[in-house]
Amino acid sequence: MTLPTPSQTVGPFFHIGLPYEDGPRLIPDDTRGAIRLSGRVFDGEGEVVDDALVEIWQANAGGRYDHPEDTREEIPLAEGFRGFGRCATGGEGRYEFVTVKPGPVPHPEGVMQAPHIEVAVFARGLLKHVVTRIYFPDEQEANDADPVLSSVEPDQRPRLVAVENDGALRFDIRLQGDGETPFFDV
Amino acid sequence: MEVTNRVRGYRRENADPPYLHPDYKATQIRAPAQPLIPLAHTLSEVTGPVYGDRPVGELDNDLTRQHGGEPIGERMILHGRVLDGDGRAVRGTLVEVWQANSAGRYRHARELHPAPLDPNFDGGGRTLTDDEGRYRFTTIKPGAYPWGNHPNAWRAAHIHISLFGPAFVTRLVTQMYFPGDPLFFQDPIFHSVPDPRDRERMVCGFDLDNTVEEWALAYKFDIVLRGRDATPTE
Repeated sequence: MTLPTPSQTVGPFFHIGLPYEDGPRLIPDDTRGAIRLSGRVFDGEGEVVDDALVEIWQANAGGRYDHPEDTREEIPLAEGFRGFGRCATGGEGRYEFVTVKPGPVPHPEGVMQAPHIEVAVFARGLLKHVVTRIYFPDEQEANDADPVLSSVEPDQRPRLVAVENDGALRFDIRLQGDGETPFFDV
Repeated sequence: MEVTNRVRGYRRENADPPYLHPDYKATQIRAPAQPLIPLAHTLSEVTGPVYGDRPVGELDNDLTRQHGGEPIGERMILHGRVLDGDGRAVRGTLVEVWQANSAGRYRHARELHPAPLDPNFDGGGRTLTDDEGRYRFTTIKPGAYPWGNHPNAWRAAHIHISLFGPAFVTRLVTQMYFPGDPLFFQDPIFHSVPDPRDRERMVCGFDLDNTVEEWALAYKFDIVLRGRDATPTE
């Protein structure tokens, strides 16, 4: 057994190597059901974090991951959709992705998970990225039954559900302090 | 719908620094204050962007050939293998790097260090590992730079490295340091990893065998991603 290489902060200069033009756009232009998913990242003093990198990973609209370990071939892959997005935050601490709402995916306990998007946030001052999940506001029943969301304290669950806002979805990320986003140990 | 129950998760052993390391000031207002919530791996965590969406060009692993002229500095080859926690090669995985130039300056709008920019050096590169998990970059050795974290603070010279591995939970962003750097003792980012044996795994080795005579020095750096559980959970 070999021990892993430790994590170190992405630092303030990752723009030299990581963001790329199509990073925030997960879908081809003509995709039906496109959604805008955006939000802002805040630090423990309530200031915007304008040097963060947000990455997302998700299943397609049918609930299939484009990955060899998702062997459910009865759910087709979507052409031009890999499920990965990357966006650096700008001056207002804002990120924005254009994607589709993922379908439900299975949980090892034999139930389905509510539709969700995996999120990783990297920044100067984060020695390791933080991981959270975005759930959807129009899925209350599925959210209530979701084993992962149910592992979060009830009063904090709403912080993992995006807010519908003028046809777009908003999901703010608070790294520390009041309204801190629940982060997962994955 | 058939439900795929069995998921083989990834092991929890890790050498990562704590989020809060007060000597590194920015952690004080950015580290989560609440404990992380344990999450047993599901299909969402054991899948991941195997190499992201970013196309890799033939010369993307040569940071010395991105302009008409050659960058100033000590030319070096950086190579090694990407391995999983059981020592097996991680094939076809994207390795992304970025770094300061030989004077210790980043080509970045927020860079404050008044060291010269090099018109022939941008400092970013990427490559895919081969069938034996090997990667290789040609670059110049980055310089140290001041960073204002504490009086007379200097970052030990380093190259930033980003990797995906096979799953969302194998994602790793780290920094590779150089052997014997005299600045280690006062670098709180390096020392955020508490165990010196773990810190040692962020330091590359000088590799005489892979130097190219009359042309470049070489450093070897193997990167180990998380290992996998032996059996699936149900």
